[in-house]
Order: sequence, then C-alpha cells, then structure tokens
Amino acid sequence: MDLNKDKPGTAPTRRRYVTTRRLDRIFVELANIYRFNARFFKEVWFPPYEFREIIKQCYEIGVRSLPLISLTGFIIGIVFTNQSRPSLADFGATSLLPALISVAIIRAIGPLVTALIAAGRVGSAIGAELGSMRVTEQIDAMEVSATNPFKFLVVSRVLASTLMIPALTMFTTLVSLLGGYLNVHQNELTSLSVFFYQVFDAITFLDIIASSVKSVIFGFTIGMVGCYKGYNSSKGTEGVGKAANSSVVTAMFLIFIEELLIMQVINAIRAF
Amino acid sequence: MEAKEINPNIDRNEKVISIRGLKKAFDDFEVLKGVDLDLYKGENLVVLGRSGTGKSVLIKIISGLLYGDEGSVNVLGKEVGALKPRELDALRLKIGFSFQNSALYDSMTVRENLEFPLVRHAKEMGEAEREELILYVLEAVGLSQAINQMPSELSGGQRKRIGIARTLILKPEIMLYDEPTAGLDPITCIEINSLINEVQQKFNTSSIIITHDLTCARAVGDRVVMLLDGQFQREGTFDEVFESNDERVQSFYNYNFID
Repeated sequence: MDLNKDKPGTAPTRRRYVTTRRLDRIFVELANIYRFNARFFKEVWFPPYEFREIIKQCYEIGVRSLPLISLTGFIIGIVFTNQSRPSLADFGATSLLPALISVAIIRAIGPLVTALIAAGRVGSAIGAELGSMRVTEQIDAMEVSATNPFKFLVVSRVLASTLMIPALTMFTTLVSLLGGYLNVHQNELTSLSVFFYQVFDAITFLDIIASSVKSVIFGFTIGMVGCYKGYNSSKGTEGVGKAANSSVVTAMFLIFIEELLIMQVINAIRAF
Repeated sequence: MEAKEINPNIDRNEKVISIRGLKKAFDDFEVLKGVDLDLYKGENLVVLGRSGTGKSVLIKIISGLLYGDEGSVNVLGKEVGALKPRELDALRLKIGFSFQNSALYDSMTVRENLEFPLVRHAKEMGEAEREELILYVLEAVGLSQAINQMPSELSGGQRKRIGIARTLILKPEIMLYDEPTAGLDPITCIEINSLINEVQQKFNTSSIIITHDLTCARAVGDRVVMLLDGQFQREGTFDEVFESNDERVQSFYNYNFID
C-alpha cells in the first residue's frame, strides 16, 4: 500500500517518509540485509545442525554444477591460450605461455568465471526455490511446526555454497589449465610435466591463498544473495521470478565489486 | 444439509484460546478492530466472513506468525505476544495449522513431509515407531497408499488431507484450519468436512475453522461467529447466526449458501 497516496475526497495528508520515498526504501533494504546477515552469523553456530540438508545442498550446488563448470573452464583455457599466443609471439616469448595462463587463471579467471556461472545457476535456483516456498506458505508451515526455517533453508544453503564454490573453483582452475595445456602442447609441443612446472613456478603461495579466500567470499555472496531475495520475496508468482532474476543480477554485481576490492588488497599485500 | 450435532464433550469451563480487544492494521487499513473470542476445549468454532476481512490474519496471530497491534491473545494459558522464541515453539507444538493451499514441502515425498516434524520434535522415537505413527495418521485421513508419492502427484483434496495429517502427527491440542474447502469440488468438500469432525472426535482437538463456505460452516461448526467490519457481529449456532435481520448477514447467506 502506498502510504503517501491520499484517499479520494480527503485533504492531502502529511508525507510520512523520513527522507524521500526512494531513499527510505534503500535504508530499509540496507537494514534488512544487515539483519539477515546478522541472523545468519548468530544462528550458524548453534544447534540443531541440519547436516542432511547441508549435504543435500552441497550435492545440488557442487556435484550438479560440475558438467557446466567443466565445459566452461576447459573452453576458457583453450580460448585464452589461443588468444594470448599472438601477443607473446610478437616478442618471441611463446615459451612464457604456461606462466601467463597460470597467473591469469589462478589469480583471476578461475575464481571469477566459477562465481559468475554459479551465480547464474545456483543463485537463481536458490532465489526461485525459496521464493516459491514463501509464496506457497511452505516457510510459514515450517515456522508453525516449530522448525526454524531460517536455519533449515538459509543457513544450510549459504554454508553449502560457501563450501562448494571454492571446491568448484579449484576444479575449474585445473580444467582450464588442462585446456591451456592441450593448446600449448598442440602448438609448442610442450610436455605435461614442463607445462605444470612452469605453471607452478609462476605463482606464489599468496596467489593460491588469495584465490581461495576470494572464492569463499564469492560462495558466501551467492548463497546469501539468493537466500535473501528468495526468503523475502513478495507474494505471488511474479515475486518468484523477480527473486530469481535479482538474485543473479545482484550476486554478479557484488562479485565484480568484491573482485576489485580483493585485488587491491592483495596487490597491497604483495607490494608490502 | 443437516446442521452438525453439537459435540457433547465440549468443556465450557475450559478456554483453550481467549482473545480480548485484538486490533491489527496493515498500513492505513485496519483489519481487526478490537476482536474478542473464546475457544472452549473440544469445540469446533467456525469463523465466517468475506474474503479480506481478516479471518486468516486472526489465526496467524494465534499461531504467532503475525503479531497484533493491540489486545491480548491467550493460547493454552500463554500470552502469545509475550513469549520468547523457544516458548513460542513449545506452544506451536500444541497447535496444528492447516494451510489454505496445504503448504506441503514440494521437494519431499508424503512420507518425508510427515517425518519432517517428527525427526525434529520426537527425537526419542525409534524408526519403527515413527513409521507406525506415519501410517496411523495417513490411515486417519484415508491416504495410506500415497505414502511414497510427491505432493505434485496428488489432487487438491488429497493435498489437503496430507496437510491435515502432517499437522496431526504431533498430536496437537488445537487445530487451525484456513479455508479447508477452498478450491475443492462439492464431494471432496463433504469428505473434508467429515474429516474435520473425525479429527475432533478421534484426536480430541479444539478447532478454529476459517471459511466463507456455509456448507462447511454448517457441517463442522459447534459454534459459528461472523466477522464483519473487523469485529465479530454474530455468534451462536449456525441457525442462530443467520436468524439475524442484519442485511450484511442475510446477503452473505443468500448469495453464498445453496441448501
């Protein structure tokens, strides 16, 4: 209901917004997001622990994403290697291809591509599922049967996403490197052992830590955004669609922002 | 259709729900304007009213899904609005809520739907005992053959029955039915009405039945109250309620009831 809409035939009432309507909504949304996150961190530590649901969600998010992630990662490895070769060839430095691939894929492409694919596949699925449960009163049904729906639905999905995205990232990185290797082997006749020697020679321990931390944060973001949008979706089937859609858009937007910030922090650490 | 014979086991000295001066508004729209209501032990109380008059809001407040703005809601001696989350959960175990669209968990089979509250609230129960109880409530609603089916494979009436079975599995003292016959064909409506009466007898429950279906109200109600303009305007047996000269009551009867 529009609070500021005057009823027909009555004198205009005083506007009730603290600031403007849009700004008020933004502040209310920010407060709700804060409360949702705070509730997660409060509830994640205390029993009952929904292990069965966490394992089920790990399977849904992790195992079921493998085919898409594998194919995408493999193709990216091949394409990236193929597109990078001419630039290096201009300087007679094609022997540096494994190092270039390694740095690019482990530091940025692996975590980012995995997160973006998961945001599309997992984020939308979580948003739609919880949205649909909200609309059909399944969440209310859990609540009246004295089961904490937040713990059962939200905590389990966010935990599963936070655990599985790093695992998927490792897998994507490996598959991308294999794709890169195939391309390098075909053109430069580099052996597998030499390729991987150069790959690991080019990266540092910090790169692996940074990549892992990044993918944990991406996983948390995807799970949290999908759950927030679905859990708080408005009534009606339109709300379910909106929840699924905005889960993907918001998660992708946040992933890019996080990538930018984490990159700055890691560069600062590296310089230090 | 014959009006229901009033349950002789109703204990008029024991109130299981007592509501006084309950008010609830959504933005500028005041849905409940000071509602007073008592539910006695063993009674089936029907709350009648047009759509959007706050009937469902009333039972959602009773079960703690919503909070009233003013007034008191006392359920089994506990003030719902003042309960801490754990206390509210303990109270909820004594209340069964049958939702309008059944609210079965789509991703689970009928068995898993029924197991869901048991594995959380009857942890001491062994697997065999659990299975026995599941079959018992399924038989009580006449759907033991549906145990391994998914909710999407069931008809509307079957979903309602399973929804009721899921609420019965924790043996509640109070049942809240939200539009139990909405969207069902007349034969299935009669079956659901019979089921509501059977539940009252077999499980010794006290129930509030929210409906705008007068056939249902007549078939299941020991007492009927009518919600008009945010307050209960009429109370009594089905016939007493509709003896009124109030134009709103009469129009509700004339336009909705096919005798």
